[in-house]
Amino acid sequence: MSTSGSENHTNYLNDGYGVKSWLLTTDHKRIAILYMISITLFFMIGGFFALVIRLTLLSPNGTLVSADTYNKMFTMHGVTMIFFFLIPSIPAVLGNFLVPMMIGARDLAFPKLNLLSWYIYVLGGIFTLSAMVLGGVDTGWTFYTPLSSGYSHTNVVPTVIGVFIVGFSSILTGLNFIVTIHKMRAPGLTWFRLPLFIWAHYATSVIQVLGTPVIAVTLALVGFERITGVGIFDPNIGGDPILFQHLFWFYSHPAVYIMVLPSMGIVSEVVTCFSQRKLFGYRQMAFASMAIAVFGFLVWGHHMFVSGQSVYAGMAFSALSFLVAIPSAVKVFNWTATLYKGTIRFNTPMLYAFGFIGLFTIGGLTGIVLATLPVDVHVHDTYFVIAHFHYIMVGGAVMGYMAGLHFWWPKITGKLYPEGLAKFSALTLFVGFNLTFFPQFILGYLGMPRRYHIYPPEFQVLNVLSTAGASILGLGYIIPFFYFMWSLRKGKVAGNNPWNAKGLEWLTTSPPPTFNFDKTPVVTEEAYAYPEEDLVGG
Amino acid sequence: MTGHTISRNRYFLIFAALIVLLVLTIFMAYVDLGPFNVIVAITIAIIKATLVILYFMHVRYSSRVTWVFVSAGFFWLLIMFTLTMSDIATRFTF
Amino acid sequence: MDNEQLTHETRSFVAHQFDDLEQQKEAGTLGMWAFLATEILFFGGMFMAYLVYRFSYPQVFAAASQYMDVVLGGVNTGVLLVSSLTMALAVHAAQEGNRKQIITFLIITMIFGAIFLVIKGVEYHHKFVEHLVPGYNFQYEGAEPGKSEIYFILYFVMTGFHALHLIIGIVVLTVIAIMTARGRFTKEYYTPVEISGLYWHFIDIVWIFLYPLLYLIHVHK
Repeated sequence: MSTSGSENHTNYLNDGYGVKSWLLTTDHKRIAILYMISITLFFMIGGFFALVIRLTLLSPNGTLVSADTYNKMFTMHGVTMIFFFLIPSIPAVLGNFLVPMMIGARDLAFPKLNLLSWYIYVLGGIFTLSAMVLGGVDTGWTFYTPLSSGYSHTNVVPTVIGVFIVGFSSILTGLNFIVTIHKMRAPGLTWFRLPLFIWAHYATSVIQVLGTPVIAVTLALVGFERITGVGIFDPNIGGDPILFQHLFWFYSHPAVYIMVLPSMGIVSEVVTCFSQRKLFGYRQMAFASMAIAVFGFLVWGHHMFVSGQSVYAGMAFSALSFLVAIPSAVKVFNWTATLYKGTIRFNTPMLYAFGFIGLFTIGGLTGIVLATLPVDVHVHDTYFVIAHFHYIMVGGAVMGYMAGLHFWWPKITGKLYPEGLAKFSALTLFVGFNLTFFPQFILGYLGMPRRYHIYPPEFQVLNVLSTAGASILGLGYIIPFFYFMWSLRKGKVAGNNPWNAKGLEWLTTSPPPTFNFDKTPVVTEEAYAYPEEDLVGG
Repeated sequence: MTGHTISRNRYFLIFAALIVLLVLTIFMAYVDLGPFNVIVAITIAIIKATLVILYFMHVRYSSRVTWVFVSAGFFWLLIMFTLTMSDIATRFTF
Repeated sequence: MDNEQLTHETRSFVAHQFDDLEQQKEAGTLGMWAFLATEILFFGGMFMAYLVYRFSYPQVFAAASQYMDVVLGGVNTGVLLVSSLTMALAVHAAQEGNRKQIITFLIITMIFGAIFLVIKGVEYHHKFVEHLVPGYNFQYEGAEPGKSEIYFILYFVMTGFHALHLIIGIVVLTVIAIMTARGRFTKEYYTPVEISGLYWHFIDIVWIFLYPLLYLIHVHK
């Protein structure tokens, strides 16, 4: 290659080239790359299903696919995107790569377990993919009983097995992070000197470890019911399908925080770096992450207001749901306050971080609307809900992932992505996203229900807008894919710290050596110790 | 933390206590206490589990982090039980 | 401290990602505890279902539990408690660096685990003969056969997952025994013995709750 100067040092990328050196690696950085490739694949599959959904909804008569096919499309879109893309996205890719580096460790505490978790992910993926190839599944990603356990004629069992299996990959990742963060921090790196990316991953791991087993056993019970024809959720013998919903949402509500907490961690890193400021209210931010992880487990009943849950429980869950707004608002407030009087640079990661803050705020506020019991009765199961959670999951989680990917791409590959094109695609993504999902708030408010392939003609204008937005959004994902690939060969050499950022991962070379640091770093300062300039009254 | 050794006799003592409690729980099950049968059974089970956790699993001599992890598991279980039962117990048409 | 000698002796035990043996030990123990927290919630989901249905159908559960064999269940509880004792003694032997004793106690532990499984198998066989296997040959003579079937589903699922964990436990202990025989553990480093012990005790704890909840609901009359 042309740029020989920086290629000389041995790094994790040129430490062995064979297939075996990748498939049997225990290096957390290589495993992160393996994860990156696999989740990108699932993102494309899930994106394809989204495409079919949006194309179908171009016309009110549902001309593209039949009702049955449409059911399968949105189910597989949800299953793929949630269990195989969003949940592993940031923790298993960026977290895997960065957690050891940020705390000054050579690797995660259990490298072999880390590799195992990737293989488990692949195995779960194979089951789910085979369910799709065999004809798909149509229960909705929520697998509600008794539809999933009895009435559906599609491939529920392989899908459920796939999700069951992939859950263990998530658990193992979380377990690994928890132990690593507890036991492997560099000398001097106390808990309150940790970057917030680490705090966010710690909070995420707590949810993964304590929540995931519940959905695993619940789906096992559904599988049992489907195979034997009789089960504890079967109303014919006195079973309670709503119990399934309790167990399901006990995990699946906190799962949203598995997706969005790591994004919040990334935004904290990016915002401080590109405004060259100390984070405003560091401790509040750390506690807010933990609070979200705990409060997240107290609110699941707000998914069940109209499902037959007791109204008294509904009221309690509604009240508890507002709790989550507090730490979330603390975070948004503190990011904004961090910007104050900062030296702000509008690089691509920063644009995505801004996108996150704005879209997450909209998603969060509409979440409060939905958590309000009487309002939810009106908009439940409408496009309002769809718009809300896409603002959190795409506007929040995926924006954060993109921010992180751009921010650490120079560290991961040693190459810079093309800044101008990247800014353009960030903007495209933002515009496309809003055009796709904002009309859905209005559609939902006007009463268009989710999960139907036809709708009254008066909703067509908004649906066409949404589909148009989706094609722009798609472009916003395709462009980065190509310039990232391009940058691997042609990108400018990044250097160790192209953003002038703080944090241990920027001290080592790009790409990092196999054991991350030539010498274990010693930490003597707080996180984000950017030089402070004239603060008012400070 | 892990270095602390418990004497062998202590293990036998705990084992004896566990067997006594086992016999007690069977015995109490044959006594009609009405609604208190289940409470007694659960209480004895919790005592037995606590003995195993504290001594056989050495938690009594372990670091605070271990305590936190053990409590977290049970605390989350309690969250699940409490909030789910808040629905089941107030759903009068069940 | 006689650190110099120790480092030399134990270097081969320390994996590359750890600074020293102490860190490796603590990480292993903490990892197992995090895993057990997962396990608590895994069984917790089933206990949740049990709680809901026992609360909703108390009489049905009382009647259906009459089909349980209190004696076999009680014996099995004792068997598991003994295995927990011998497991604790195996760890104790490891602390003293007594390789022979570790293996002996591990084998006794596994034997008791196997006895538990055999007794459990006998019980399952009885249920099979009595046509009480849900989804297979369920024919219940008492009142409310449907709701009773829920009881039996819970019985089979909970004890089934418990037995599965026990089988995994036996496999793990086999591996640990082989590692012990190959001299992989010393007085200074025996964490794998210790944490597989933790796993084994956890299995015992689950059964401590299963026995009164499934067998002893309504034995007084």
